[in-house]
Order: sequence, then structure tokens, then C-alpha cells
Amino acid sequence: MAEQAPDPRGDLVLDVGGVNKSFAGVHALRDVDFALRPAEVHALIGENGAGKSTLIKVMTGVHRPDSGTVRLDGRPAAFRNPLEAQAAGISTIYQEVNLVPLMSVARNLYLGREPRRFGLVDVARMNREAVRVLGRYGVHVDVTRPLRTLGLGAQQMVALARAVQIEARVVIMDEPTSSLEPREVDTLFSVIRGLKEQGIAVVYVSHRLDELYAVCDRVTVLRDGAVVHTGDMAGLEQLRLVSLMLGREMATVRDKGTTAFDTARHDHSEGQPVLRARNLSVRHRLYDVSLDIRPGEVVGLGGLLGAGRSETAKAIVGALPTEAGSVEVEGETLHRRSPAAAIRNGVVMLPEDRKLEGIIPSLSVRENISIAALPRLSRAGVVSQAKQDEVVDFFMKRLRIKASSPDQRVGDLSGGNQQKVLLARWLCLGPKVLLLDEPTRGIDVGAKTEVQALIDELAGDGLGVLLISSDLEELIEGSDRVVVLKDGRVVGHLAGDEVTEEGLLGTLAGAAQERAPDDPAGPGERRTAPEPAEAGERRASPDPAESGAGEPPAPHEPPEPAAEDPAPVKENHG
Amino acid sequence: MSTNTLAWSGLTADRTRMLRLLQEYGVYAALVVLFLVAVGLDTSFVEMSNIRVQLFQLAPTLLVALGMALVIGTEGIDLSVGAVIALAASVVPLYAGYGLGGVLLAALLLGAASGAVGGAMVAFARIQPIVATLSLMIGVRGLAEIVNGNSAKAVTQSGVLALGSRTVAGIPEMAWIAAVCALLTGLLVRRTTFGRQLVAVGDNRRAGWLSGLPVRRVLITVYVISGVLAALAGVLVVGHGAEADPANQGLNMELNAITAVVVGGTPLSGGRVRVLGTVAGALFMQLITAVLTQHNVHTSYTQIVEAAIICFAVYASQERGTR
Repeated sequence: MAEQAPDPRGDLVLDVGGVNKSFAGVHALRDVDFALRPAEVHALIGENGAGKSTLIKVMTGVHRPDSGTVRLDGRPAAFRNPLEAQAAGISTIYQEVNLVPLMSVARNLYLGREPRRFGLVDVARMNREAVRVLGRYGVHVDVTRPLRTLGLGAQQMVALARAVQIEARVVIMDEPTSSLEPREVDTLFSVIRGLKEQGIAVVYVSHRLDELYAVCDRVTVLRDGAVVHTGDMAGLEQLRLVSLMLGREMATVRDKGTTAFDTARHDHSEGQPVLRARNLSVRHRLYDVSLDIRPGEVVGLGGLLGAGRSETAKAIVGALPTEAGSVEVEGETLHRRSPAAAIRNGVVMLPEDRKLEGIIPSLSVRENISIAALPRLSRAGVVSQAKQDEVVDFFMKRLRIKASSPDQRVGDLSGGNQQKVLLARWLCLGPKVLLLDEPTRGIDVGAKTEVQALIDELAGDGLGVLLISSDLEELIEGSDRVVVLKDGRVVGHLAGDEVTEEGLLGTLAGAAQERAPDDPAGPGERRTAPEPAEAGERRASPDPAESGAGEPPAPHEPPEPAAEDPAPVKENHG
Repeated sequence: MSTNTLAWSGLTADRTRMLRLLQEYGVYAALVVLFLVAVGLDTSFVEMSNIRVQLFQLAPTLLVALGMALVIGTEGIDLSVGAVIALAASVVPLYAGYGLGGVLLAALLLGAASGAVGGAMVAFARIQPIVATLSLMIGVRGLAEIVNGNSAKAVTQSGVLALGSRTVAGIPEMAWIAAVCALLTGLLVRRTTFGRQLVAVGDNRRAGWLSGLPVRRVLITVYVISGVLAALAGVLVVGHGAEADPANQGLNMELNAITAVVVGGTPLSGGRVRVLGTVAGALFMQLITAVLTQHNVHTSYTQIVEAAIICFAVYASQERGTR
């Protein structure tokens, strides 16, 4: 927005000043300032746990700040609950659409403020109005159908239309594109531009950097609960944006040695890959991901949040249904794709979510360790207590699992010990390939170094390891090679001397320039809603100020400037 | 103020511990107390003839409850067991000519088939267990009535009758059978791969699946076992009553079985199977009904007492869960 004058603070729609918020001693927000000008699209970004959600919740009255102020149009606005914030003109659209799935589309749009006639809901008028309003958002559907019969994208548009209808001054969008098709993203962008024209300010939270350049005017970067940068989107290099988010200065080479990894790389130069994944595609998540893991090699999987790292691991073991692609173990293609089949072939995955996908909480340490290996520890279906105790004892000692006894409930152990129990569950199977998804997240420092040393040791023993870690240092120091993912695609490989933070950040930032835009979505067999009719023809606005000077267009937009203007969204308070 | 809080936290800690003890051993203590009260009220309660009567009534319920405990351990429920009893009853007259062996084979196979259908609905079609087995309950009861015709049929096959009336060492054969099944179920849960997998599937199905457990096979097997045990109970019921009456036999059995399991301390949320607790739960419910009936308390009041016991048992098990 070049035409916008450098503004005095009084001109702000929403002004958050010096906000602090902690939960049970954890500082979620420190002295956060956030200024939203009228008619701007303001990106709010940061890695997991940076404080984005908390900030949004403070702005919308879900949380009350411990200190600091929230001002709306210059007046103090201490919202006590989300309803008050909404009444004051702040609408929020969450990742999960929170409307009533079984009610009709029109009903959802007008819920709580239905047009009335003789005291009754004027259904005919409501439906008529709904068709008209939704048309402007590119949603052409039978408004009398239940909302849930619509595709997720269309549902999100309904939520957006509803939010704007409620006299919104500020619209907060939390990862609005995470479940959208590329064409729906285009529609969303033109709607956002329409909002701008009406003077509505938008807070846009997304992990997809290209989108930010396509639609946002300014950006605020949060890290560890504090604002580390606020400024114009145009002219901000992607490389700088990435390093801001991750907290790594490009020029600074940090001291090594805080991780337990041996800096000497493992010997894996020759030898056939033990695991070969080819062209794995998962709907909306992964596109043509290929990678090899050789015995004795630790392959890191780099990328930002939402880049598809966990999905890659899950696709390899068959825990996510793939649309295409193959997995070979020692040259043999896995035909049946399921965790059980992967385990039989020696490929195991330590899941990211320990509680939900890992531990079996009310079983004992012993039972948790042996659960996957039971068939091997049994004769005629009866568990051999002696064999089981031997294995459990061995791994409890080797991994130094601290439990009062093997009979202790696993749910009562600390996070680090739970993680070790899960590692023991896999190691007692003698796997060939170990996929580790955030193996040290949420565990104490001592356990962390132990797990890191173990990874090294296992690779030394000839295991192939895939390492996913948001801890950049851990990823760089632990990996022999790094495969870099972005938006579900492999965008780079780092090997040897290139395995550095700079190399990784450079690849992440450079990726957008190299990639040719195409339509990654598979056939839309799952869709239940008709496509927004004009969505396909709509193109991004050619306005260079909006896509960021010198930056490439967003991935989902065709490179040639479109002739058409975005569909205008005229009046909204009708 | 601070001393107050201290006292209060000490109190809640005590309370939690009490509740935990109650949850673990409450059913056994209650059983002993109830037995003593029953004897105290009327010493004829311990006469062998009375105990025999109680055991005859208990055996089928206990068999069904054992299967139910396994199903509940997987975070499921099996409402079809009463109907399976009726189905088993309906085929007894048809196969009487083949002797006891033929009758048992036919009944148990049908029970297994019914369980397999229910299990497949749960495991493959992912229908909620309560809905899957509810539909099965209705369908199977209908099938049983079609097979048998509408009236009760007298059963004269000597093997079947003996099974329902004979005693060994003064204890009904039915009760011995139930006891052996309870022992086997206990071993199944504690000692076998299947038992471990069953509990794991009930506790965290996704983690179990990601650990390579045969989740579907476990689910189907559990419902098959429940069906087979219910069918066995059905043959015993017919033998004891000397008639096959699918319209009435096994009515409410699913509820009695669930009650025994819950009173025995198995949480409905799955992940734990208490076999001995289930035996105690079944005994307790049998005993309390008997005591109240023998002292001429009207059935309506008996039901209210039972309801209170169920509520209390579920309350106690919940408290443990939120610990």
C-alpha cells in the first residue's frame, strides 16, 4: 500500500500495546505491540509456540492480557469474551469452520440475525439474500442444503461471508488456506482484496510464505512470545523472513556443541539405499516426494511448519493414505501399505504426538515396550514371560529408562522416559529404518542429549534414520544429509559441506523463485460441493504493490498477469 | 486460611486414595459384607439347596458377562448377547436328534457367526458398537423367533437337560462350566498376545494401529468370543428350563451382563478388563436380588436398588479415570 501515508498511531483500527500473558509461569506473550491499520492485510507469522494463537485470543477476548492494552479505534477495548469482540467488529475465522454443520447454508449465514416477518423467520427472503451474498464470494450452491454437504473451501467461504456480514472492521483469518484447493485460494485472495477496498483490516495467519507475499501488505513476526519484526511485506527478502521466524541470523555461525551429536559423519558413502520412497503424494499435503535412506545414514527432513515433514514419514509407513508413489525396502516394493506391513519389513516410525499416537497410557512400561514385538515373544499365542522380561530389561537398561519398576503405568512417566519407552518398543524389533518425528520435543535436557547420542549410535550400527526436527541445530548437527521440503514438495537437497543452517535457510528462501507453478491437486473425487463457478477464471490482481516488489507471484497463481480484475465485493452491510 | 487449604488438600488426597481402593477392591468387600448380611438375616441362606439355586441362575449371566467384559475392554459394547441366547435356544429342538454334541456345535457356530457380523460392522464399517450390536440384537431376536415359531417348545434331549440340571460335587455343572470359562478368560487376558492386544486396542486404538497391531482382527475376535459365550449360555438356559422359548429367553441379559462388568470395576472407556471383578460383580448382583426377593421386597424396589448400585459403580470408576 504505497499510497498509504506513514500513519500516526491514532489512525489505527486495532492497537495492541505492551501485552504480556503467561500461563502457569510460561510466558506466552512478552511486551507485544501489534498495530493494524485500516484497509491493510497484515500477516502474523511465527513457528509453533511463537504466540500467534495467544495474541489472536487476546485480541478477540478469549484471553485477558496480564498487562498491556488493546485499543479498537483508539478506545480501550477490554473484551471479556469473543461475543463482545464480535459485537465490536472483530470477526475471527478459525482453521476449523465453527458453524452448525447440519443446518442449511443460508441458516448458517444468518444464524442469530435471521430476517423476520410477523415474528417468524422469513425463510424465502433469507435464502434469496444468501444466494446473492454468497455469489460475491464465488460460492454458487443450493443454500437450503446442510452446510456439511459443502466442500471445506466453500464452508470456509460461508464462514468468511458470515464474519464480514456482521459489520466487521477487522477480520482475523487463522490459516484460512490450509484446506483449500488452489482455485479456492485464488477466490479467497480476491475476497480479501475486496475487503480491503471496503476499508476492512485483515489479520492473516499462514505458514505459506508465498501467500503472504501475494496478499499481505505488512508483516509481524513473533518468536518465543515476542515481536521480532514488524514492517512492510514488499522489499522484505524471503531469506530474511525465514531467518526471523527461526531465530537464526544469516551471518552468525553459532557455537556448536550444545547437541550430543558426534560431528564426524557416519560412513555411508557406498551401499544401496535401504529405503527408497518414490513420488509419494498425499492429497493436499504431499506432492511427488522422493527420498533415499542408506544404511548407517541419518537423513534430515528440513522445512517449516506445515511443509509436509510428518506427512512424509507417515506416508512412508502407510499411516496416511497415498494417492501415488511407492516405497521400497532393500529393493522390495511394499505392496500392502499399512503400519503393520511397514513394521514387518523393518520400517518403524516414532510419531510426533506421543500421547495420541505413541503410548498406551494405562498399560505398564513392560507392556508398552513389548506390544509390537509380542508375536515374536510368544509361543502359540501365549506370551513367554521369560523372553519378555529379558528384552524389556535389556532395553530399560540400555536406554536408561527411569521407572519405579517395569510394572509402572507408562502414563505416569515423564515425557523423556515415555519417549525412551517408545524407542525401546521399536528397537526390540531390530528395525532397518527408523523414522523419527520430533524425537526430542517436549523432553528434558538430559533425556534430549541421551536420545541424540542414541540416534548417532544407532546409525553407527547400520540403521537408516530419518530425522525430523524443528530444532534447527539438532537437524543440522544430527543429519548427514538434509532433504528440504516446502509446501509438500522437495525443494532441495543438502549434502556434505552444505549441511549448514545457512544452506538450509537459503534453500527454504530460494525455493519459491525456482518453482514452476502448476496445479498440484489431484482429481476432485472427494468434493461434494460444486466448484465456485468463476473461481477458475479469477486471477490475482496484477497490482505489483500487492504481490511484493521483486517477489515472484504466489505458487497457485499463473505467472502471466491476468486480464480480469478480481470480482468486486461491493457492499456488505446490507 | 493456609492451614485450611493444607487440611483440605490432605483431605482430597485421602479421598482420592480411598476412591482408588474402593475402585480396586470395593466389589469384593461389598460382596463379603452382603453375604454376611444375608446370612445374618436368615441362616438358611447358606444351605446348599439355596446356594445351588443361586448358582443355576448365575451361570448363564456370568458366561455372558465374561464376553461382555472383553468387548468393553476394547471400548465397545455388545447388546446382541440376549438375542444370541434366544437364537441358540431356537436351534436346540432342531438339532436335538444329533445329541448334545450336535446341539452345542450348531448353537456355538451360530453364536460365532452372529459375533462375526457384529465385529465386522464395528471393525470394517466402523459403525459405533452400540449401534452395530443394537441392530444385531433386533435382527437376531427376529431370526430366532422365525426359526422356532412363536410358541415355546419342550426340550427332551437328555444331554441338554442333564447339562442344565446335573450337579458335580454338589455344585451345578453349569456353574463349573462358567468357572472354567472365567479361568480361561482370565488367562486369555493376562497371558496371551491376544489379551494384551485387546487391552491396547481399547486404551489407544491409534497407537496400537501405528504399532502394527491387527486391530480389526482383535475387534472381530472379541465379538466372536462374546457371541460364542452367549450361545453357550443359551444352551444352558434351555437345559435348565427344559424348553426353548426364544421370545422370552435371554431378555435383558445384555443389561445384566453390562451391570456385572461395570459393578466389577471394568471401565466402559476400555483399556482394562477385570475378569475376577466381573465374576464378583455378577455374584454381587445375583446375591442382592436374591436377598431382596427372599425377604419379600417387591421387584420394583429391587430394581431401584440395582439402579443405585450401578450408578455408584460407574461414579467410582469415573473418579479413578480423572485422577
